[in-house]
Amino acid sequence: MDLQPKMEAKNMNFFYGPKQALKNVNIVCPPNKVTAIIGPSGCGKSTFIRSLNRMNDVLSSARVEGEVLLDGADIYAPGTDVVELRRRVGMVFQKPNPFPKTIFDNVAYGLRIGGFKARRRLEEIVELSLRRAALWEEVKDRLKDHAYDLSGGQQQRLCIARALAVEPEVILFDEPCSAIDPVATARIEDLIEELKKLYTVVIVTHNMQQAARVSDYTAFMMLGELMEFDRTEKIFTNPANKLTEEYITGRFG
Amino acid sequence: MKKKIIQFMGFLFLRVCVGIVLAILLVFLYDIGRKGGGSVNWEFLTQAPRKGMTAGGIFPAIMGTFLVTVVTAILAVPLGMCAAIYLNEYARQSRLTRIIRLSIRNLSGVPSIVYGLFGVILFVNILHFGTSILSAGLTLGLLTLPWTITASEEALKTVPNSFREGALALGATKWQAIRTNVLPYALPGMLTGTVLGLARAAGETAPILFTGAAFYLPYLPKSLGDQFMALPYHLYIMSTQHHAIETVRPLAYGTALVLIVLVLGMNMTALVVRYRLRNKRRR
Repeated sequence: MDLQPKMEAKNMNFFYGPKQALKNVNIVCPPNKVTAIIGPSGCGKSTFIRSLNRMNDVLSSARVEGEVLLDGADIYAPGTDVVELRRRVGMVFQKPNPFPKTIFDNVAYGLRIGGFKARRRLEEIVELSLRRAALWEEVKDRLKDHAYDLSGGQQQRLCIARALAVEPEVILFDEPCSAIDPVATARIEDLIEELKKLYTVVIVTHNMQQAARVSDYTAFMMLGELMEFDRTEKIFTNPANKLTEEYITGRFG
Repeated sequence: MKKKIIQFMGFLFLRVCVGIVLAILLVFLYDIGRKGGGSVNWEFLTQAPRKGMTAGGIFPAIMGTFLVTVVTAILAVPLGMCAAIYLNEYARQSRLTRIIRLSIRNLSGVPSIVYGLFGVILFVNILHFGTSILSAGLTLGLLTLPWTITASEEALKTVPNSFREGALALGATKWQAIRTNVLPYALPGMLTGTVLGLARAAGETAPILFTGAAFYLPYLPKSLGDQFMALPYHLYIMSTQHHAIETVRPLAYGTALVLIVLVLGMNMTALVVRYRLRNKRRR
């Protein structure tokens, strides 16, 4: 495959102290496509996605070798502005984590800490972000309500709107549907379908049907190694690797 | 059936334990209230002691305790909160921080008289603050610090990590994440712990014994460099050192009552503050 990458991991190794969590991983995330990372528990898929916006930096024992490129520039190069990086590469977490504020303040949070003041423009961006996250119609009359009053699925879409508000280029989804019900999951899958028109999307998922439904490219990982990376269609119909086939047909997992 | 009996006996035992604790507290409060209540009146609260402390009030002691507690708060509150923020949010979790944390826990177990002696050496002798409100307040501040730090750290720990991660993922700096998304939610707990620590300090006798508390002063302190009278020390004098102990017993009980009400009042304030702020956080 010859893909033009938005983000790309090149010969990437990742260590937690002495323990190696990723071994020589090469994955390309093309622009305006959804790239899914699948694999059994502990395969390193969460570690991988969290290294794309350097969320692992929080752990002092974490160490990266190789390159992770965003538009061709290594995000682990010395002098990289991590704050700037995280504004370009947003993230939605496994469990919905709205802040204990109003719906409006949640979406405005990223802009406000970025020093954004203009009230009118702020309101416009909040509305736009909520619309893009397919939540506007449900909350437009209750923006001052507390975010905790929303349902789990709505909270997750609120977190997506919050990520969109800072106008990222890439959005990372770390098992975004594992804590919400099937109906809400379907809504978020539809939403991801929409989002890729504007953003580059990377999603980690436990759910193989989900990967098959929403993604254009799929990476299958096991024990910290990339087993296979290809177009999703190819992975799910005619995988090259025997292990991939066994995993997607549910023989282990 | 047998399981139910065991469960019943278990609960009964726990109830009795709680009952005993409550009973001790109530008997204690009742006794002091009964014996001291009679001597507490407006004059008692607003006048200085007279006639060799056999008459008059305890106003200088109330003021002294108040002023010392203010000095204690000025030292212990900001320092304790900042140290807790550093330890919980910034410091790497290494052997060094574990040792630091363990030392802080241990410090809170050091007998208060040891703080008193340390205060004499450091503040009175080496730093030449004299036996004064300043020395006594700083000594009590040191005594309170471990409590403030520990309580503040516990409060910070109750803020879910997802608040920090969520903020960081939106491009917040570490300090922004802490300031806007951690501290507001930890503050009620931090304040409660701090006020509880201050209340404890206000009731301490040993640390102020050598560092500034006076037996009897006919006037109020004019500056931080003056000696002062303090409620716990006054109580100690009235009940053990006075030449006519039997005569002043009601006054001693009155002093005890005022001190207890003061400390309880501070604790209640802490609870109210926490309750208020917590409600605000939900809305």
